[in-house]
Amino acid sequence: MLILNCPYCGMNKDETELSAGGEAHIKRFGPGSSDLDFEEYLFGRTNPKGLHFERWRCSSGCGKWFHAARCTVTLEVFGTYEAQTLEPPQSIKDLITAKRPGWSWREFS
Amino acid sequence: MKRFSVFAVAHEAMRQHSGWSRTWANPEQKKSYDVIIIGAGGHGLATAYYLGKNFGITNVAVIEKGWLGGGNTGRNTTIIRSNYLQDPSAAIYEKSRSLYENLSQDLNYNVMFSPRGCMMLAQTQHEMRGYKRTAHANTLQGVKTEFIGPERIQQLCPIMNVDGPRYPVLGALWQSRAGSARHDAVAWGYARACSDMGMHILQKTEVTGITQDAGNVTGVETSRGHIKCKKLGMVVAGHASVVAEMAGFQLPIESVPLQALVSEPIKPCMDVVVMANTVHGYMSQSDKGEMVIGGGTDGYNAYTQRGSFHHLEETVRALIETFPMISRLKMLRHWGGIVDVTGDRSPILSKTPLGQTFINCGWGTGGFKAIPGSGWAFAELMAKGGSPLTAEFGLDRFCAGRFVDESVAAGVAH
Repeated sequence: MLILNCPYCGMNKDETELSAGGEAHIKRFGPGSSDLDFEEYLFGRTNPKGLHFERWRCSSGCGKWFHAARCTVTLEVFGTYEAQTLEPPQSIKDLITAKRPGWSWREFS
Repeated sequence: MKRFSVFAVAHEAMRQHSGWSRTWANPEQKKSYDVIIIGAGGHGLATAYYLGKNFGITNVAVIEKGWLGGGNTGRNTTIIRSNYLQDPSAAIYEKSRSLYENLSQDLNYNVMFSPRGCMMLAQTQHEMRGYKRTAHANTLQGVKTEFIGPERIQQLCPIMNVDGPRYPVLGALWQSRAGSARHDAVAWGYARACSDMGMHILQKTEVTGITQDAGNVTGVETSRGHIKCKKLGMVVAGHASVVAEMAGFQLPIESVPLQALVSEPIKPCMDVVVMANTVHGYMSQSDKGEMVIGGGTDGYNAYTQRGSFHHLEETVRALIETFPMISRLKMLRHWGGIVDVTGDRSPILSKTPLGQTFINCGWGTGGFKAIPGSGWAFAELMAKGGSPLTAEFGLDRFCAGRFVDESVAAGVAH
């Protein structure tokens, strides 16, 4: 059972109390962008075997969306953070670097 | 390779079965091959087999990081059916189902294909409309299915409780020539036939990189050294994104665990395959007597080959309502496989941005039924550069918006 801490209400929630929302930090390009950009937004996924950043919703709790950094192989959770950001906070990045030196995910490292 | 026949069995019986040959060879790898297939699961081996059988290409290596048939081929619930809504899906799945009919004779290996019939239950009015529509579509596609009512369902499957309190069974989409087969035998049969044609099946050889020159593939780096090739086929299901990244492109795929479980063996009680999409569970009885049960996928990406426990709980809870007699069955084993799910729940059989490199993936939760047809079509694509069966399943459909939308048509179990 995956347990995540909601950064808004501070509660530890089981995965049955949460809704998974797929990959995080996906960019939607504005008017004038190409079909390829739109395809990338809709379907392009890193789907990594290892460190992943994703969206979750505290659906049986406060109802807010948040982000989580998690390993898709070990299910280790590196941390959760608020969704109102374009990149993971430095504290989470530092924590991951300590455990997985040399990591990279999309443009972050 | 010694052919299996009644005469061979009689001959061997008279000499203590000392003359049987190994099912497949364990050759030393060569420095180069015409074609390399990554992944010795059902789809990869079938691709190699039809490359040899239909196109005479036998300088082929099938590379596998574990043992052959040890991934999703060994982890599925062995359901074979072809009652899909969209024409391109029906075409490739029906090709596959029809190849299963004669596969044992074709491979000279008993794959135990059992066309016992498969019913997909309609338990809501929405499903009633959906499956009636699918039945009409199948009629137009030449796939023999029919929509049946509760009386016929009860007759075909007496252990089912058709008037349950929450989800009464209102009807079903019935395909009489659907069924199941022995999953290991499918992989082993193809491997034996490939080996007999002189192809190399290289087990315990993990691909760690893909080498290229001027936009074309030149070979693969493996845990046992570099191997050159002229054409490369990637057939690695759940790890498709990982291998695609080695070749420098991204796929519209997410990998999630899908679980299944089997009960203790019991006396024969159910001779059809039943799928219930509303309550999300499907069940059939294996030849050993075990009830084989398939559940749902996890909601989040993972490569763990095990799933979340609550999905099993939901599946079993739903099935107990439909089949009250299984409530006291003990479950013997449960396991998970990593399935590669695309945005439209349809597979990808396509050329890739890297020259002379082809990919066959995205079969998601329903790949076993497609093994022969997928191999047949993908071999044609690799040999000739195109196939009528794969035309609609290109990677470019996601940019063009030409989806083969089975995500709506198939509901969930697929």
